[in-house]
Amino acid sequence: MRGISKAYMVLVMVFLYAPIAVLIFFSFNAGNSTSVFTGFSLQWYKELFQDEETLSALYNTLVVALLSSGISTVLGTAAAVGINKLNKWMKNVVMNITNLPMMNPDIVTGISMMLLFVFAGSILGSDDVLGFGTLLIAHITFNLPYVILSVLPKLRQLDSHLVEAAEDLGCPANKTFFKVVLPNIMSGVITGFMMAFTLSIDDFVISYFVSGPSFQTLPLRIYSMTKRVVRPSINALSTLIFVSILVLLIVINVLQAKDEKKAERRRRAAK
Amino acid sequence: MVKNKKSFFVGSPYYIWMIIFIVVPMLMVAYYSFTDIDGNFTLENIKNLSEYADTFVLSIFLGAVATLICLIIAYPLAFMISRSKASTQKMMIMLVMLPMWMNLLLRTYSWMTIIEDTGIINSLLSKIGIGPFHMINTAGAVVLGMVYNFLPYMILPLYSAMTKIDKNVLEAAEDLGANMFQRVFKVIFPLSVPGVVSGITMVFVPSVSTFYISQKLGGTGYTLIGDVIDTQFLNSGRNMGATLSLVLMVLILLCMLLMNQFASNEEEAMLV
Amino acid sequence: MKNKIIDLHNITVAFDGEKVLDGIDLSIEDGQFVTLLGPSGCGKTTTLRIIGGFISPDSGDVFFDGKRINDLPAYKRQVSTIFQRYALFPHLNVYDNIAFGLRVQKVPKNEIAERVAEVIKMVNLSGFEKRKIDSLSGGQQQRVAIARAIVTRPKVLLLDEPLAALDLKLRKDMQVELKNIQRQLGITFIFVTHDQEEALSMSDVVVVMDGGKIQQIGTPEDIYNEPVNAFVADFIGESNIVDGIMIEDNLVKFAGQKIRCVDKGFGKNEPVDVVIRPEDIDVVSPNESPLSGLVTAVTFKGVHFEAIVDVDNFKWMIQTTDMIKEGQEIGLLLNPDDMHVMRKSEYSGMFGDYSSFSDEMDYISDPDYVEDEESEEVAEAEE
Repeated sequence: MRGISKAYMVLVMVFLYAPIAVLIFFSFNAGNSTSVFTGFSLQWYKELFQDEETLSALYNTLVVALLSSGISTVLGTAAAVGINKLNKWMKNVVMNITNLPMMNPDIVTGISMMLLFVFAGSILGSDDVLGFGTLLIAHITFNLPYVILSVLPKLRQLDSHLVEAAEDLGCPANKTFFKVVLPNIMSGVITGFMMAFTLSIDDFVISYFVSGPSFQTLPLRIYSMTKRVVRPSINALSTLIFVSILVLLIVINVLQAKDEKKAERRRRAAK
Repeated sequence: MVKNKKSFFVGSPYYIWMIIFIVVPMLMVAYYSFTDIDGNFTLENIKNLSEYADTFVLSIFLGAVATLICLIIAYPLAFMISRSKASTQKMMIMLVMLPMWMNLLLRTYSWMTIIEDTGIINSLLSKIGIGPFHMINTAGAVVLGMVYNFLPYMILPLYSAMTKIDKNVLEAAEDLGANMFQRVFKVIFPLSVPGVVSGITMVFVPSVSTFYISQKLGGTGYTLIGDVIDTQFLNSGRNMGATLSLVLMVLILLCMLLMNQFASNEEEAMLV
Repeated sequence: MKNKIIDLHNITVAFDGEKVLDGIDLSIEDGQFVTLLGPSGCGKTTTLRIIGGFISPDSGDVFFDGKRINDLPAYKRQVSTIFQRYALFPHLNVYDNIAFGLRVQKVPKNEIAERVAEVIKMVNLSGFEKRKIDSLSGGQQQRVAIARAIVTRPKVLLLDEPLAALDLKLRKDMQVELKNIQRQLGITFIFVTHDQEEALSMSDVVVVMDGGKIQQIGTPEDIYNEPVNAFVADFIGESNIVDGIMIEDNLVKFAGQKIRCVDKGFGKNEPVDVVIRPEDIDVVSPNESPLSGLVTAVTFKGVHFEAIVDVDNFKWMIQTTDMIKEGQEIGLLLNPDDMHVMRKSEYSGMFGDYSSFSDEMDYISDPDYVEDEESEEVAEAEE
């Protein structure tokens, strides 16, 4: 039984990773085919680093991701604090609307926002509204539910007596938020920020509809690259993306493991 | 009372944002659906929907097949992961999540290079004198793309539902004489239903509404509803595109409502 | 007469239309150890939270040192609270938890260090300053909570079931320690508990509450020996409460017998409740006493036996050091001062029979019994 289950796990992993391995393998191809390997070379990486358009798309992606996740973290954390105090009925209404962008297919969210921007543009007499601004607004909007949903449970878990204890010791409400509430929901806020950041970096569908020709992010750049004749420079790009994700995950894991060890030691000290 | 006012104030920037950028855009979709290019009221778009009936059926069919295959692959995997030791679990979940962080476009593109007529499989096969086989631009290729891209979305909720099952419950079932298959069907499956439901929605929604996967792997023969909406907007058929989006949205919200209903009924049935 | 530090006038509070406090009047003298005692949902925690400033009353007034403080927010009140599960700040270490109140009040740094060191010494936590809260045991956390509350030098310390989470023996030690700290500081302690033993052993004054009302205020001895009604008699210690008629002063009739007692001041032939504590009953042979019954159960308790005796279908509890056996017929001998006579109240007939020890026992085998949801909610809100 154990053998079968191990074999099955390996099989599924092969399915998940084979295409990625193939991408990486052919990024080192000397020829310009993505299916016939003719020799080792780094020429496609060289080509990639000389491709101004891709590099600026990467820069745009990072700017939008940082801005949108930062803004949505602040806005979403404040929203979670407010929502947490709403009565049942109001909370239901707000949460149902908040969930909409998550439940809706991305294509519908993208189109609905594009229609809003186009409509607003037509009122303002401009037919060229789509660009950095609209992209940023859209990213903030689809990030917000994830921030709210990762902060809300932390607020609910927060012992309400902590807030009272702070007040009891002479701390006014707004000070209490920064001195007591925020440090204790920080893990949720950080999770929300990281989710927002990765979603923003990864998003293609919504960006595709709300961005104009003047502003391109990396996924949009990949889209236009795969539209034309494919060249192994895309493979090189994929490889770099995969490697940076891998490194990031390993770093996060090592840090987490360290934290856990520390907590474990503390627990033992308590005994 | 004063406290509540203050916290309402804290949330209010978001409430305003939510109304302008979530509620109003939805109304925009409805507005464009019922107007023509000059902004006059019309039911023309709704009438024209019948032209797209086949596309809707195809999208739902392929989405459903992909979802089912994902469920069949993921269920045993999630179960096996949830039964293995803690370090293996962590490792496996990391491995499942890692491809999700790669952009969908790249993952789809990679399959394209694999199954093309001059792709990797065919070029390898030709070396031993077989083929070539035509794989790309078939319904199978589209389903493959969906399954590959969205499989992790099925594995993760199933896994988290299964780890929530109290080990003692399984031991109790064993203690009461249930064999492994009975334990799976009478205890594990009913308790994993919430995970199944969220897995299905998480795979079905992006599958039905995809347009990139079908463009790259399905060619012109397997145009899905997402492709139609995309082309409508590219060719300034904004109003028809909005109508199709509206229908897609309503369809998917109905599906989810149905699924949630199913899930909550199941829970109640379990309580009785 | 001592100065009244806290004065509650006719306080009424309702949550979602359910009255939680119903006309509470309570005066607390400076420097006393006062305990609010009652079952869960009785309103004791709500009363405490009103004094702390976490709830404002729907009607009635709260006075602190003679000044009305209804609208004074919690952070401006000179009272400190020790919360049930301590509510220590998990993100701060022991020192920073204790220093919190002084820091927000902008006390100079060297004074903070001095005062924190002083209270840390007082609660025996020297050496723990840098420790994280989650590395402390329950008893240590308890001490941090006490230190954090007293370092700001409040005039009144509110304690919300602070010992509930500790195990029995540690709880007894902490009772002594709390009492010592109170004597040392000389400030008022208002202590909430549902544990009658805790209340009796620690307090100067016990306030017994039920159903949002104060049932009785008195010294522990008063409360135990002279309960005003069946609720108080039943809640504090064990008691047999039987229906009786006060024939005249010093003569009460119950269980078919006229018996001499020391109570007076009731009307002629007034129906009353008679409380007899199990430990006051002497076991004699059946012919030596007019009151006799059949022993239906005997439990060995170490110091004594606890027996249930059926006297005309009313189950009495008696505690005796004499050897008795199930099925034995025994006589129950009562001296005049073994009985305490109470006027009839809304609680008459609800308590005092030992067919079962808890009400819950009667409910759990009744499939039609549905727990009253609203009262549950109130109890939750209380906590």
